[in-house]
Amino acid sequence: MARVVLVTGVSRYLGGRMARILTDDPAIERVIGVDVVAPTGDIGGADFVRADIRNPIIGKVLATAEVDTVVHMGVIATPRQAGGRTPMKEINVIGTMQLLAACQKAASVTKLVVKSSTSVYGAGPGDPALFTEDMEPRHPPTSGWAKDSVEVESYVRGLARRRPDLTVSTLRFANFLGPTASTPMAQYFSLPVIPTVWGYDARLQFVHVDDGLEVMRRATVEDHPGIFNVAGEGVLSLSQAIRRAGRVEVPVWTPLVPVVGRWVRRGGFADFSPEQIRLLTHGRAVDTTRLLTKFGFTPRYTTEQAFDDFVAARRLNTVLSPELVSGAETVAGRILSGWSA
Amino acid sequence: MSDAQILHMPGADDRPGEVAVPGADPSWSDQVDAVLEFLRHRALGEYRVDPFGFDPELNDSVLMAALRPLYKHWFRVEVRGIEHIPTTGGALVVGNHAGTIGLDAAMVQLAILDEHPAHRHLRTLGGELLFSVPFLGMLARKAGATLACTPDAERLLRDGELVGVWPEGYKGTGKPFSQRYRLQRFGRGGFVSAALSVGVPIVPCSVVGSEEIYPMLGNARLLARLFGIPYFPITPTFPWLGPLGVVPLPSKWVIEFGEPIDTSGLAPGGDAADDPMLVFEVTDQVRETIQHNLYRMLVRRRGIFR
Repeated sequence: MARVVLVTGVSRYLGGRMARILTDDPAIERVIGVDVVAPTGDIGGADFVRADIRNPIIGKVLATAEVDTVVHMGVIATPRQAGGRTPMKEINVIGTMQLLAACQKAASVTKLVVKSSTSVYGAGPGDPALFTEDMEPRHPPTSGWAKDSVEVESYVRGLARRRPDLTVSTLRFANFLGPTASTPMAQYFSLPVIPTVWGYDARLQFVHVDDGLEVMRRATVEDHPGIFNVAGEGVLSLSQAIRRAGRVEVPVWTPLVPVVGRWVRRGGFADFSPEQIRLLTHGRAVDTTRLLTKFGFTPRYTTEQAFDDFVAARRLNTVLSPELVSGAETVAGRILSGWSA
Repeated sequence: MSDAQILHMPGADDRPGEVAVPGADPSWSDQVDAVLEFLRHRALGEYRVDPFGFDPELNDSVLMAALRPLYKHWFRVEVRGIEHIPTTGGALVVGNHAGTIGLDAAMVQLAILDEHPAHRHLRTLGGELLFSVPFLGMLARKAGATLACTPDAERLLRDGELVGVWPEGYKGTGKPFSQRYRLQRFGRGGFVSAALSVGVPIVPCSVVGSEEIYPMLGNARLLARLFGIPYFPITPTFPWLGPLGVVPLPSKWVIEFGEPIDTSGLAPGGDAADDPMLVFEVTDQVRETIQHNLYRMLVRRRGIFR
């Protein structure tokens, strides 16, 4: 039973929305939001504690408030959010270690819900079409957020071993997309011309923010121990997604991809880190059977619907709109039919 | 078949093998409409790609259509025993692999799409190298291929798909011309354990003609290592004639599907896939069948090019 819930990463979009959802639940008495910076958005009725989860202060918060459920959403996806790769890694890895160490000591804590990512599976040519939760990565991630997520999961496994009485849910989310969330993928697809890797067409999966938060909520208020992949049904190929967004694809020759990636990143246009490039090259998709059957949740949005909802909300269809294409089709049809007549 | 077939864009329930039947040519404006509709789908991304990356619309109307002239007019493929491919449900087609670049996989795929009454898609399994090569790997996925690994093979078979595998792999395609039609080692029999664990029949497939398209006289090992590929073929025309050297010789092809080997009866306890001895036995049986059929077909062949 979740009575007092602590949410980390509450100052960012998903954490803030999670805090709002949990404070709206009458069964939950108190929600404590923790982050290193003050929240910019609305965190509902949650109490905000400005605490760096990298130092032991977090243990005091857990003990004095008698927290029973910890929702860990404090893993940061891009260096820009943390002000560089070094602080990002510290927040992600050292922060998680501190948080989990505090959880281990706090007798009141009975449940841990961790927001992880399907990036832990890596991406490469030797990957199976769909990863199940039990599969080992064929091309383990070597850098960035994906590697941090792998390390976070390994510390979570360690805690679960030392505190077998804890209910631990690890949720591996596909890339989040939603009408307002500014995720790395959202930034990427908002570029007017989208750099891709020439000669490859990645398979991508998305999870709608509403579905993702609902899975987090259920894992918090219900008991779902284990690891679960969370993604909308189906896949989109990258080229198909770009066309659906009405954008223009600019294939980049493989040796030049890291250079272009640096430009895009330095210009602050979008995240185009090495692991992101690997994902956009080889793609990745996961099997969600366990989510559907064992967890008992079917995402409301398929991958395609999640993407379309994002495109519609952002009004991205400006470069190549469906009206423009249909118009061109009509004109071409008239001209070509006229030829034979 | 007229060239108009390339303009035909099959819908979900169209029969790709029956397009452009003489006397039933669609009118010019219908064709224009179909092409423009296809182009609109492509431009707006309004099509479906399955989790393996298979793009049936692109495969049927572009990729297979592009291979059809090669199939019909260049190799003049003759198909025998197509009735051995089941009309519905999962089955594993196992073939001999030859001809330097593995065109045989594409030809068998097209043979089943065009000649089988149900016009089934053959989902092929390829090596990791295929998917690391730009363009080739991408096109293979769009044409329904996926990585040759147990999870993917079993998933496809469980979904009731027709799966094609060439267990010789690069050993088959990269063998010298003097070894033609001699089957190489059949890997570790992973394909057999996949078929056993799902309980689907194995259909042996023997292809004659594929060995002569690029007679591999030598292997430039240094170049192969430089490019990171298993072998670098030297044929009578390649690399000497440059781009002309990649034109395959127009051998006459015969694709023969043999009697299916039923695996459901082999697994009474349901754990036949865990019995390595049984897996080796079935692997050998499949290999022997294909080899035997190849020799029989070769004896009857009138000539390489006719």
